[in-house]
Amino acid sequence: MTGATDISRLASDEPLVEVAGITKYYGERRGCEDVSFDVYPGEVLAVVGESGSGKSTLLNVLSTALEPTTGEVRYRLRDSTMRSLFAMSEAERRVLMRTDWGFVHQDPAQGLRMSVSAGANVGERLMAVGERHYGRLRAAATDWLARVEIAADRIDDAPRTFSGGMRQRLQIARNLVSGPRLVFMDEPTGGLDVSVQARLLDLLRTLVADLGLSAVIVTHDLAVARLLSHRILVMRDGRVIESGLTDQVLDDPAASYTQLLVASVLQV
Amino acid sequence: MAEREAENDMAEPRVTLENVSKSFVLHLMGSTRLDVVSDVSFSIADGCCTVLGGPSGAGKSSILKMIYGNYRVDSGRILVRDAATTVDVATAAPRAILRLRATTIGYVSQFLRVIPRVSALDIVAGHGLEDGAANLARARTLLRHLSVPERLWALPPATFSGGEQQRVNIACGFMALKPVLLLDEPTASLDDRNRDAVVELIEDRRRAGAAIIAIFHDAALRERLADDVVDVTRHAAAVKETAHE
Amino acid sequence: MTSSEAGRDAVHEGPRAAGEDEAAITYNFAYLDEQTKRTIRRAILKAIAIPGYQVPFAGREMPMPYGWGTGGVQVTASIIGPDDVLKVIDQGSDDTTNAVSIRKFFVRTAGVRTTTSTAEATIIQTRHRIPETPLAPGQVLVYQVPIPEPLRFLEPRETETRKMHALAEYGLMHVKLYEDIARHGHISTTYAYPVRVGGRYLMDPSPTPKFDNPKMDDCPALQLFGAGREKRIYAIPPHTSVVSLDFEDHPFEPTRFDKPCGLCGAEGVFLDEVVLDDAGGRLYACSDTDYCERRRAEGHRGEMLAVAPSYVGRADGADA
Repeated sequence: MTGATDISRLASDEPLVEVAGITKYYGERRGCEDVSFDVYPGEVLAVVGESGSGKSTLLNVLSTALEPTTGEVRYRLRDSTMRSLFAMSEAERRVLMRTDWGFVHQDPAQGLRMSVSAGANVGERLMAVGERHYGRLRAAATDWLARVEIAADRIDDAPRTFSGGMRQRLQIARNLVSGPRLVFMDEPTGGLDVSVQARLLDLLRTLVADLGLSAVIVTHDLAVARLLSHRILVMRDGRVIESGLTDQVLDDPAASYTQLLVASVLQV
Repeated sequence: MAEREAENDMAEPRVTLENVSKSFVLHLMGSTRLDVVSDVSFSIADGCCTVLGGPSGAGKSSILKMIYGNYRVDSGRILVRDAATTVDVATAAPRAILRLRATTIGYVSQFLRVIPRVSALDIVAGHGLEDGAANLARARTLLRHLSVPERLWALPPATFSGGEQQRVNIACGFMALKPVLLLDEPTASLDDRNRDAVVELIEDRRRAGAAIIAIFHDAALRERLADDVVDVTRHAAAVKETAHE
Repeated sequence: MTSSEAGRDAVHEGPRAAGEDEAAITYNFAYLDEQTKRTIRRAILKAIAIPGYQVPFAGREMPMPYGWGTGGVQVTASIIGPDDVLKVIDQGSDDTTNAVSIRKFFVRTAGVRTTTSTAEATIIQTRHRIPETPLAPGQVLVYQVPIPEPLRFLEPRETETRKMHALAEYGLMHVKLYEDIARHGHISTTYAYPVRVGGRYLMDPSPTPKFDNPKMDDCPALQLFGAGREKRIYAIPPHTSVVSLDFEDHPFEPTRFDKPCGLCGAEGVFLDEVVLDDAGGRLYACSDTDYCERRRAEGHRGEMLAVAPSYVGRADGADA
């Protein structure tokens, strides 16, 4: 499990996100069907499944990159009002995306401006919400680069010159600098070398805990789910076939597919 | 003993199992059903050490895991009293179970689950409930008490011996003072000296009023520590082979 | 040379039969048909109503290629009337090729009076400079714009830049300025320096030097911008706030010249560098030729004139 958890965050009984009956069809093809769950503040939810399970579709609908065929996603704003995301205007959603949310892509190049310096990548969201002091921007960027273990002298280098692991850490810094409450992650360690993965997972684990973030993490790797998440959703063919406390689902799986998944993981 | 019994009658039990049954359905083996425990009921009071008895494979570890919320419960209730309310772990929401683990239930499992890259000291300190410095200080004290060599403190435990890993595990479980402590074979891989160090910790905890539920393979330890022994096989059912669709 | 003489002086035409060419070619006043002028004027009105916002318009094919001021020409053609007085400058000068050609175009198709005097003009079409002489109410400054979108080099997608303008999401522009400071220690953009108009829209002022940006702010004249190839028109109504983007700790600073004009001694004006010989001789002279002429007519003399009077003729375009 993820170690000591901040009790005060767990005490909140108001969900941050309410997902109700989300169904997404691509024409005849089912992306996901009738998915419902809540995410609470400070909670990390892993969505696991194999290719074609619908987990990425679900993530894209939650982060409003895709519109669902039916169903609703409600989000609690900072003033505690609950709003239906797809009833909002695109302008409002874009503001949320910049201030309240983060999205860590599997391919960091998709979540970064590759030809702009690392410092500018981290500072962009701050500039977007009105920070106009170069010195403060640079200080914030330096601080965050340190937190994601990127050497301070790389602040003026473009991510084109970074390794995959470094780019991913930069993407995380870029997302977290605006103090989001909810972070979506799509296979955040996908494609990285094992030792690089370990470093990234450790970083994510610490940051999520320190900052009290809620997160929805899509992954096919059960070990990642176990390390990072409190709760887990197991998906297959677009449906959620099991959900619950992560260590419970992984140690005592009920559904036959879950048992198969768990049994299929290679031990080192 | 009598004194403690009198206390038990007066105080509400800390943990109560009511008619708890559990089985595994192994879908990968033609849906074989394995009964683990059946209709188990007992309760534990503060300041008591209850030992679970029964042969190997009788479901003792599973009971601890069910109390901790790590295993599901097929039927029955597991009531845990925390400061404000009583929670039925068998049916509680994941958040409630996490809250219970954070405040009320400590657990020393049989095996340490290693996280890459984090040092033994940081793993142990991470289980503390106070501020950073206090947690580190307490972690050092525990590791020292359990004779984990200082040169290992800064290393991740993945390369430690079984006994060393177990002692790190124990240190984690004893970091925070929680009303319930679940111990699954805590001294299994330890030599006499370390075993005694662990016993000291357990006795301290009991004196401080913790409700302890433990599994000891060592009869001498059982003698020394148990205020109560619960035989989990009392109502156990035989293994059934049932083919499910 | 008067403007009417300039109009009739067809340098490249051979001898013609009396009246033949003039009769064969008849243009509508200012070349464009009246319906086109109306659509462009509607676009201009929209642009004035939303200062700094790029209004798309149905640009026409003009008898000059893109890159030669077709946008500016269409704007001027749509607003010019027979009583207007037109000045055309290119890089501050009335006598470069671009300015001369466009001036000829309007003389030929509209027969309007032209001038080199900023104060006398009612419409001034310009490429890449704002005149030094302060403008007055009732005047119109028409800018020629190559790329109207200030964010284009940072965000190539038109779909994205439109959204950014719609939602006033301009963080990206500050990213560019941040990069400048990180790389060069200061904001290195020296022309086409981005501005915020009326506190709302981010605008590209066309490739005028950043030196000229302050002149756009609270200007008594109407400023119109035409981009022919991109088919966009935008506007700044008189007395609108135009603020150059900067950082609190790296404030906008217009370029300063450490020498006055070598011909008329003017200070605080934009200077062009003129190479005089192959021995490294240089002259820094007013880019605004009309301004410089006026000052010299008033008796001001710069360093160069005091030393080498033979350069006088060359500087103002007439043969020595």
